[in-house]
Amino acid sequence: MRTTEAHEAGLIARVLAGEKELFHELIRPYERMVYLTLFSIVKNETEAEDGAQQTVISAYRHLASFRGDAKFSTWLTTIAINEGRKRLKKAKGAAEQSLEEQAESHEGDFSPAPLTDWREIPLEALERKELREALRVAVAELPGIYRQVFALRDLEELSVEETAQALGINPGAVKVRLHRARIMLQKRLVPFLKTTAPARRGFFRRAP
Amino acid sequence: MKLDCKHVWEHISEYIDDTVDGKLREDIERHLEHCEICSAILDSTRNILVLTADDRTFELPVGYSERLHERLAKEMEASEKDSTKE
Repeated sequence: MRTTEAHEAGLIARVLAGEKELFHELIRPYERMVYLTLFSIVKNETEAEDGAQQTVISAYRHLASFRGDAKFSTWLTTIAINEGRKRLKKAKGAAEQSLEEQAESHEGDFSPAPLTDWREIPLEALERKELREALRVAVAELPGIYRQVFALRDLEELSVEETAQALGINPGAVKVRLHRARIMLQKRLVPFLKTTAPARRGFFRRAP
Repeated sequence: MKLDCKHVWEHISEYIDDTVDGKLREDIERHLEHCEICSAILDSTRNILVLTADDRTFELPVGYSERLHERLAKEMEASEKDSTKE
């Protein structure tokens, strides 16, 4: 970890000193993260890609303002989040935005779906395309405040602290939102597994 | 202390992240040993996280990286011109 940071600090210094081309190398490890952060906010491929490009350009233009008190990845994520929020506001208007903001105070049922037969589902089930698709849909349908925390923690694997810093919320809120997001996803995917697993068995039974 | 299922569910996310304190962790583990429902919930939630971290689940658009670096290169060129103009 430390060596990554030292390597990055070296690259940043050289870019600022005039070796601009090295900026390509600096951001390469974070391309995926930038895109997924944008996508978790705008939920549209074209918008996410355009936003990701804008994020990288913005980071390039403002590189001199990076102080190194945060990790470069966190700094970049913060720019991506701001870019995403800006686009979301433009696309949605204020009404739906405020609805999403309300989501956390809403006292929902955040209990997981009980199941007893997950263990019976073969490991290959996790390899199924339909399950990936179901997960993508379920993540896209999470309320925004949960989806963003889930994306940063479980998709991009930022720490609780880094997630809190990037989103401008406290670590306690990160934990609560993450917990709820995970439970909501578990709930959504369990019925999916239950309904598709027997259907597959039926299919095989029909085979000669 | 004997935990009920609901109590275990409340801590399932922290349990997965390994941020539960020692005593509570022991209680949860003891509960999991005999409770199939909670074990299955834990397994299913963990599997969802494994699937989430799998690069094939959330894919990038084809050609994303190339387009990104192309645009960046153009930006660098443009800023170069600007600074020489001044």
